[in-house]
Amino acid sequence: MTPLGWYMGLSALLFAIGVFGVLVRRNVIVIFMAIEIMLNAVNLAFVAIARHQGSMDGQVIVFFVMTVAAAEAAVGLAIIIAMFRNRETTNADELATLRW
Amino acid sequence: MSPIAFFVVAALAVASALGVVLNRNPVHGACALVAHLFLLAVFFVGLDAQLVGVLQVIVYAGAVVVLFLFVIMLLNLQADVRSMVGAPLVFAAAACVGALVTLILGGLREPGAAAGTALAQGYGETQELARVLFTRYALPFELTSLLLLVAIVGAVALARKRG
Repeated sequence: MTPLGWYMGLSALLFAIGVFGVLVRRNVIVIFMAIEIMLNAVNLAFVAIARHQGSMDGQVIVFFVMTVAAAEAAVGLAIIIAMFRNRETTNADELATLRW
Repeated sequence: MSPIAFFVVAALAVASALGVVLNRNPVHGACALVAHLFLLAVFFVGLDAQLVGVLQVIVYAGAVVVLFLFVIMLLNLQADVRSMVGAPLVFAAAACVGALVTLILGGLREPGAAAGTALAQGYGETQELARVLFTRYALPFELTSLLLLVAIVGAVALARKRG
């Protein structure tokens, strides 16, 4: 049986990689994918703790996180398409103003 | 999950996550994301969360990443030479993220080993997950359907051509 701490450490590492991606990348779609990595790192922590506690609640929460992530991806990518149509770019540095 | 299997899958998961973050070409990044999500599904199955692992593959690796690839190809994004911020900012971000990991790992305490060793009969099976989902979490489950409806309408309204 693998200790819970290993899973938490891996989860923290993957979350940090996602944060790094959001900080350093310029393409908004890649930033989006880095956010998905962060969500999944937290899902791993949820499932590991649920297994450790012997309760199903963590797995149910992961179910909800997946649903919200799918909705977030659909709306976010639609926003990216709308931005691309107006500005012809997906570079976050060029999308700095709040007006169309 | 045996320690050797854990380290092999963990190393591959970290490598594929770095592949998403560091790849210049967004299409290659999306492919690395598929690999990453599959590897996390392996962890879920290893942690007695079979249904979550299957949903991970179907919903995430299947639907969400296909959506990403679809948008990348729709916008015809190419590998970008200046895909990252400047080197000083990258080092600053790496330092911040390193501090974050150190902080989280430093805060970890190994909890009592006994808590989760004796699992209830049927733990992690679909039936058990459904029982919890449709009793204690029935209201959030229904609200999720509303969220998905709003997301569908919002996505169509946003991506539609104006005219």
